[in-house]
Amino acid sequence: MIVRLEPRATAPRWLQAALTLAAIVVALAIGAVILAFVGGDPVRAYLHIFDAAFGDIGVLSDTLVKATPLILTGLACALAFRMRLWNIGAEGQFLLGAWGAGAIVLVPILPAGMPAFVVIPAMMVAGALAGGAWAFIPGILKARLGVNEIITTLMLNYIALAWLQFWVFGPWSEGGFQQTGPFPREAWLPRLTDFAAQIPVLAGLTTHLGLVFALVATAIMSVVLSRTRWGYEMRLIGDNARAARYAGINVAKYVIVVFVISGALAGLAGMSEVSGVVHRLQDRISPGYGFTAIIIAYLARLGPWRVVLASILFGALILAGREIQPSGVPAMIQGIILFCLIASDVLLRYRVRVGRPAEATATAPT
Amino acid sequence: MIDLTLILAAGVASGTVLLFAAIGEIFAERAGVLNLGVEGMMLFGAVAGFSVAAATGNPWLGLVVAMLAGGLLSLLHAVMAIHLRAEQVISGLALTFLGTGLARVLGDGLSSVGAVATLPRLTVPLLAEVPLIGPVLFREQSVLTYVGFLLVPLAVYWIDRTRPGLHLRAVGERPAAADAQGIDVVRLRYLYVLVGGLLAGLAGATITLAISPGWFGDQTTNGRGWIAIGLVIFAQWSPLRAALGAYLFGAIFRFIIDIQGVPAVLGFPNPFQAGRSATFFLEMLPYAFVIVVVVIGSREALRRRVGAPAALGIPYVRGERGG
Amino acid sequence: MAGPQGTQPRTSTPLAIEAVGIVKSFPGVIANDHVDFDLRVGEIHALLGENGAGKSTLMNVLAGLYRPDEGEIRVGGEPVQLRSPRDAIAAGIGMVHQHFALVPSQTVAENVLLGLDRPRFRLDLKRTEAEIMSLATDIGLRVEPSARIWQLSIGEQQRVEIVKMLFHGARILILDEPTAVLAPQETAELFENLRALTDAARSIIFISHKLGEVLSIADRITVMRAGKVTAAGLEPEGVTRADLARRMVGRPVLESLERTKVEPGAVVLSVEDVTALNDRGLPALRGVSLQVHAGEIVGIAAVAGNGQSELAQVITGLRACTGRVVVDGRDIAAGPVRAAIESGVGHVPEDRAGVGSAPNLSLIDNLIMRRFRQQPITRGPFLDASAARSKAQTLQGAYEISAPTLDTPVRILSGGNLQRLILAREIDAAPRLLVAVQPTRGLDVGAIEGIHQLLLDLREQGAAILLISEELEELLALADRILVMYEGQVTTAVERPSAADIDAIGLHMMGGEGADSAIDRASTVG
Repeated sequence: MIVRLEPRATAPRWLQAALTLAAIVVALAIGAVILAFVGGDPVRAYLHIFDAAFGDIGVLSDTLVKATPLILTGLACALAFRMRLWNIGAEGQFLLGAWGAGAIVLVPILPAGMPAFVVIPAMMVAGALAGGAWAFIPGILKARLGVNEIITTLMLNYIALAWLQFWVFGPWSEGGFQQTGPFPREAWLPRLTDFAAQIPVLAGLTTHLGLVFALVATAIMSVVLSRTRWGYEMRLIGDNARAARYAGINVAKYVIVVFVISGALAGLAGMSEVSGVVHRLQDRISPGYGFTAIIIAYLARLGPWRVVLASILFGALILAGREIQPSGVPAMIQGIILFCLIASDVLLRYRVRVGRPAEATATAPT
Repeated sequence: MIDLTLILAAGVASGTVLLFAAIGEIFAERAGVLNLGVEGMMLFGAVAGFSVAAATGNPWLGLVVAMLAGGLLSLLHAVMAIHLRAEQVISGLALTFLGTGLARVLGDGLSSVGAVATLPRLTVPLLAEVPLIGPVLFREQSVLTYVGFLLVPLAVYWIDRTRPGLHLRAVGERPAAADAQGIDVVRLRYLYVLVGGLLAGLAGATITLAISPGWFGDQTTNGRGWIAIGLVIFAQWSPLRAALGAYLFGAIFRFIIDIQGVPAVLGFPNPFQAGRSATFFLEMLPYAFVIVVVVIGSREALRRRVGAPAALGIPYVRGERGG
Repeated sequence: MAGPQGTQPRTSTPLAIEAVGIVKSFPGVIANDHVDFDLRVGEIHALLGENGAGKSTLMNVLAGLYRPDEGEIRVGGEPVQLRSPRDAIAAGIGMVHQHFALVPSQTVAENVLLGLDRPRFRLDLKRTEAEIMSLATDIGLRVEPSARIWQLSIGEQQRVEIVKMLFHGARILILDEPTAVLAPQETAELFENLRALTDAARSIIFISHKLGEVLSIADRITVMRAGKVTAAGLEPEGVTRADLARRMVGRPVLESLERTKVEPGAVVLSVEDVTALNDRGLPALRGVSLQVHAGEIVGIAAVAGNGQSELAQVITGLRACTGRVVVDGRDIAAGPVRAAIESGVGHVPEDRAGVGSAPNLSLIDNLIMRRFRQQPITRGPFLDASAARSKAQTLQGAYEISAPTLDTPVRILSGGNLQRLILAREIDAAPRLLVAVQPTRGLDVGAIEGIHQLLLDLREQGAAILLISEELEELLALADRILVMYEGQVTTAVERPSAADIDAIGLHMMGGEGADSAIDRASTVG
C-alpha cells in the first residue's frame, strides 16, 4: 500500500475553514501532550487560557488590547506574503514605529501643550513613516539587486531593537532606567475607561482607539485587495511575477511600495501600542508581535478579516500565556500550529489516495 | 590594549559556530531544500547538549545528543518540504518557532546551572609554534575548532570531487535529470536536510559546551542561525567562502565583546565601553554587516549569472516540468 | 546488419525488446490499453501518434519510469522487471527524453557519470573524459567531454544524451521526439548518426508525430491513437502519408490551409538596428532590422538560441535593447511593456505557463490580464467584476476554451486549451501587431489546425503578424515571407516561400554558405 497525492483543481471554502480549525485543534492537542510531559496540567491550562481571555468583559477587553497590534502586524505580513515577499521584519518595523511615534513627544518634535487631535495624528504619521522607511531598505534591495528579503528583514529586526535600546538607555532614559518618562496625556490614545464618567460600565476597560485603526485598516485592505486594480495586480504578481511583467505591471515598483505599506502598518501597530497601552518607550514593548503576525497571516490564509479573527485567538494565547510556565510554551505552540497548518494545506492542494504500489506520484502523461 | 592575536584566536573559536551551521545549510541547499530553521535547530541542539552534559557530566554525550536533537527537528522540516511539498519558507519559520519554544521549555531552570564540564582544549604541537598562524589557529583551541578546520576541506572535496557529491549537485540543480539517471532524489534530499540538522545541532553544542559554556535562553544563539543563512548567500554556496565568512564574523563578535572592556583608545575615552549606551551601535554591527555581505553575494550572483542551486526551494514531483 | 530500409528478410532477425499487453492507467485516463510493441536488433522502429496517444507513456514504461498495471516486457527474449530507470539501464535500455535529462551546470563527463555505479567514491574526470572520447570516436559522434552542458547547442546536447546512454551500455535507444528541436541540417546529421548506430548493432525506437521524417528514417512504423495501437509494424514502402495520418488522427486531415490573398498594407512594425543581450549577458541580437506590414505574416526561422526569443521579447517590451522598435510610428524600444500593449502589440509568448498565464488564477483573471486597464473592466481604481466575467464568458464561447467554470484555475487546462485562452486574449484586443512565438509547440494536430486558422483570420483582418517557429512546415504553410536568423542577425529573406525553399532555408539556419559573412562578423563581436 502506498499513499499518493493527486493535485486538485480547487478546494471548496468549507474545506479550507474546516482544515484550519482542525489544524488548530490538533496543534492544541499536541501542545497538551508536551505540556503534560513537562509536568503541566493541559486541561487546566487551556481552561485557564479561555477564562483568562474570554471569561468576562474585562478580560475580553484585555484580549482585544492584545489583538490590536497583532491585527496591524498581521495585515502587514498578509499584504507582503500575498506578493510572496517574505517580510519577516514586522517586529523591527513595529519597534521603529514605536520609536518614531515616541520621538514626537520625546525629542520633542511638537511643542508641549499641543492638543491631542494634533499630537495623535502626528504620532500616527511618524510611526507609519518610521516603519515604512525601515521596510523600504529590504524593499529596494530586493527590487533593485535581488537581495533575499528574509535575511535583510531579520537582520533589521536585531538592528531595530539595538536602535531602540540606544535611545531608551541613552538620550531618552529616565533616571538611567531602561525606559523613557511617561508620555503626556495628549499623546495617549483614548480608552474605553476614559469614558467611565459618562458610561460607568466602561470603567476599567483598556481597549483603546488603536483597535479602530486596526479595523479601518482591515476594511481598506479588504476592499483594495478584492475590488481594485491594485489588488488584481498584486494577485498576478503573487502568482507569477513573469506573467505580471508580461501584463505590463512594474513589478519592481510594487515590491518597494508593498514593502513600505507593510512596514507602515507594522509601524502603526508600534505607535498604537506605545500610545494606547504602554504610554512610554521601553525596549520590551513587544513580546514578539511581529513574529506571531507571520503565523496569524498564514492562519488567516492572507485574508484581512480572517486576520482579525486569528489575532483575537492569538491575543488570547498571549494574554493567558503570560501566566503559563515555562515561558517557552506559547512560542512552542505557535510553532506547532504553524506546522499543523502547513500539513493541513496538503489536503487543500491534493487529494490523498491510498492505492497499491506504483510511481511515487501519479501525474497524467504528457 | 587589545591583543590582536587573542581576538583572532577567539574569533576563530566563535566563528566555528557559524561555520558548522553554514556548511550544514549549504549541504541542505545544494540538495535543493531551503531550511530557514537553523536558529531553532541550533537552540534546540544547544539546550539538549547542555542539559545532557549537565546531568551526566559527560560533554561528549551532550555533543551527540545535541546533534541528534538538531537532526530530529530537521527531519520535521524534511517531511514538510519533501513529502508534503509545503512552502519551505513557512516551514522553516515554523521550525524556528518550534525549536526556540522547545529550547525555552527544556531550558527552564538551566540558566542557573552555570559551569558544566566542557569539551577539552588542545594545543597542536609544532603547528602552534608557527608565527602568527600558530597562536591564532592551533593554541588552546577547543577540539571542535579543529573539527571545523577538517570539515571545510572535507565538504569541498565531498561536493566537488566525489560521486555522492556529484549526485548531491544534480539533485539540487536538476532533480528530474538526476531522477532519470536512477538517483533517488527524495532519499538524498532527506539525507542532506538531516546533515544540515546534525551540523546545526553541533553548532548549538559548540556554543554551550565549548565556546561560551552555559545557557542564556534565546540569547545563547542571538540570531547566529540567521547569520549562518546569510553567510550561505554571501558564500555563493561554497564551503570555502562560508568558512572565510564564518571566521570573519567570529572575529567581529569577539571584537565587540573585547572592545567593551577597554577604557580608552589612544588616550581618548572609549565610547563603546561596557555600560555606555553607544555599545548598542556595536551590537548592530554584525547584523548590519550581514546585510552588507548578502548584498555583495547577490550582486555577484547577478553579475556572474550564477547563484543559488537551480531547484532550491522547489519540491520535486516526478513528471512535472521545471524540475 | 540492417542496411537500407526494408530490403532484408526480417523474420529471422532476433528481437531486442518486446512489450506484450501493456496496460497503464492514470486517474481518469487509460494511457496504454493492452499495447503490444516489438523492436528487432539493428532496426529503427518508429512510434507514431499525436500528443496524448500514449506513446510517451509506453516508452516511460520501457525506460523504467512508470510501472505498468498489466503486461510483460522481454529483453532479448527474457522477461524483465523494470522497477526504476536503473533497472532499464542495466537491461541495456536508454531513453533520450524530449527535455534532456542533463544537469546544465555540470560538464559532459559529469553528466555521463551521473547514472553510473562507478567510480565507487572519488571522481576521476580526466579518465572518464578519455573514455568518452574513445567511445564517441568509435561510434562517429562528436562530443567535447569537458564542456559544460549550458554552453552546448541543443543538437550537441542531444548527442551528449545519446553518447551517455551508449556509455551506460545501452543496446536499445529510445528517442522521444528527437527532431522537434533541431534544424533540418541537424536532423540530417542525427539521421546519419542513427544509421551508424544501427550498423553497430544498436536498436532504436524513434518517437515522432512528423510523418515525413518517419517515412524517411524508419524500418518499421507503429501507430498509436488514444492509448491503443492502430497499426503495428508497417513497412514504410506500403503506406502513404495520408494513410498514416488517418490512423494517427482517426479522421482525414486537411493537408493544406485556405489562404486568401491579402495585399500587404502599410508598415506596422519596423525594427531598426536593434541589439540586445540574453539572460547570460551575452550578445543575443546584433543589429537586427526588419519590417512587418499590415495583413502580412512574417515568419522567423532559426535554430533555438539564435536570438529569435530575444527578438520577440524586445518587440513586446520585455527585454531592454538599443536601436528602434517602431509600431505605427511610435518608438517603443525604451518603453515599458505597457507602451507595447497600448500600441496594440499582442504577444503569444513562448512559455505559455511561465509567462503567458498565471497558473493558479482563474480563467477570468487570465483572460483580462492584458486589458484590465481599459473600460469597462476598470472604473477608476476599481475593477468591475461582472464586466470582467461577461468579457471572459464571451471569449470562452468564441474561442471554444473548454474548462469546468470561469473560476477554474488555468493550470488544469490542457496545453491546447491554455494556448486558445492566450490567443483569445491577445487576438480579442484587436492587435495591430501580433508576435506569436512557437504558438503550436506541443499541441496535437487538431489543436494546431485551429490555431493556424486563427492566425490566418487575423491576417485577413489586416493585422501584422510576426510568427517565430521552429517548425519549418508551419512557417511554410502560414508565412508570406520568411526571415532566417543566425547568431543574432537576420541573414536572409525568402519571399513567398514554398516547400522547394526548405533546403536553402535550412542551410541559412545553420549559418551555411550564404551566411558566411554573418559568421565572421559574429565571431569578431563575440
